[in-house]
Amino acid sequence: MSKEFWRWPEYRRTVPGKDWKNAEVVTAGVDIGSVSSKAVIMTDGELYAYSIMRTGSSSPDSAQKAMDRALEETGMKLDDIKYTVGTGYGRVNVPFANRAITEIACHARGANYIWGPKVRTVLDMGGQDCKAIHCDERGKVTAFLMNDKCAAGTGRGMEVFADLLSVPIEEVGPMSLSVDKEPEPVSSTCVVFAKSEAVGLLRKGWPKNMVLAAYCSAMANRVSELLEKIKVEKEFVITGGIAKNIGVVKRLENIIGFKALPIQEKFDPMTAGSIGAALFAKALYERSAKST
Amino acid sequence: MIVHYGYKDGSGEYFISVDTDKCNGCGDCVEACPANVLEMTTMMIDLEDKLVAAVTEEHRNKIKYSCAPCKPEETPPCVSACKQAAITHTWKPQ
Repeated sequence: MSKEFWRWPEYRRTVPGKDWKNAEVVTAGVDIGSVSSKAVIMTDGELYAYSIMRTGSSSPDSAQKAMDRALEETGMKLDDIKYTVGTGYGRVNVPFANRAITEIACHARGANYIWGPKVRTVLDMGGQDCKAIHCDERGKVTAFLMNDKCAAGTGRGMEVFADLLSVPIEEVGPMSLSVDKEPEPVSSTCVVFAKSEAVGLLRKGWPKNMVLAAYCSAMANRVSELLEKIKVEKEFVITGGIAKNIGVVKRLENIIGFKALPIQEKFDPMTAGSIGAALFAKALYERSAKST
Repeated sequence: MIVHYGYKDGSGEYFISVDTDKCNGCGDCVEACPANVLEMTTMMIDLEDKLVAAVTEEHRNKIKYSCAPCKPEETPPCVSACKQAAITHTWKPQ
C-alpha cells in the first residue's frame, strides 16, 4: 500500500500527577468533527485526560471510540462521568451525551480556558469548515461567522495537498516556509481547482515547497476575509488542526498585522471545542444538582 | 451575540446578521420572508435555551440567490417585520 501522507497521528494523554478519585465532579466534552473526534475528561473543571482520533463514517461509533481512548489508562468508567456535552458537526449523535451545544460556544469557552480571559478573537480552522468568533472576557460569544460553503481554508484541503505532493502533513507548514521568495498564491482556494492548478505548477517545474507556499498563502488570504467581517481584535488565537500548520499561521499573521498567541504546551489546539464542552458540562451539572 | 449568516466570495459579500440579544423569538420575520430563508431555532445563551431567528441550513450557502428577489429594496420584508431591529443585511455585489 502506498504511504498515506495526509495521515496525522491519533493519540491520547493523561495530565500527570492527578487522581480523578479525589475530584468532586468529573465531566466530559466530546467534539465530533468532520475529520477528527476529540474527547476530553475534566476533573473539577481542570483538564484531566483527552484523546484525538479520526472520525469514521458513523458519528456514534466515532464518539464511543474517542471516549474509550480517553478513558484508557485512567481506571475510570463512563459511569464515573457525571455529565457529558456533545459538540461539533456530529454533536447530536453522541449516544452517551446529556446534551448538545454548538461548537461555536464551545470553542470560545475552550479558548478562554486555554489562553485566558484576554482572548477576544478565535479562529477555528477545522476539517471542513472555518469559524471566526469574537468573544468577551468570560469566553461568551459576542459575534461569529462560519464558512462551510466549501472546503477552502480547512484541514481537509491541506490533507489533499499533502497527498498530492507526497509530503507528510506535519511537514507541510515548515516546508512551505523554506522558499527563498514568496510565490503568488494559487488563484483559487477551492480544493478541486487549487489541486489542478498545483498539478500545472509542478509540471512547469515548480519545486514542492513553492507549490505548498502558494497554497498556504491562498488559504491564509481566504480565512483573513472571515476575520475582516467580525473585526479581529487582540488577543487572537487559532484552534483546530490548522493551528499546527506554521505555514498558514505565519502568513495569516502577516496579513492581519499581529501575532496569534502561541500554542500552549499542555493543550492541543484541536481540543479547544471539547474542553469548552466539558466546562459547559460542569456548569450544567452543577445547575441541575442545585435545582433538585 | 451577533450571528452572521452568509459568505463572501468572488462575486461579492452577502450576509444576514441576527442579534440574538435583541431577538425576542416572535417569529414575525419567518412569516415575512417569501423565500422561507428564516426559521426559529433554539440556541443556548448563558446556559439558558432561547428561541431566536436563524437562516436555515439549506439557504446559508446560497443567500445571494435566495434573497435576490427582495433586493435591491433598502429594507427587505424580514428587516421591516422585526420590531426589535435585530436583523441587518450586508449586500455588496461586486
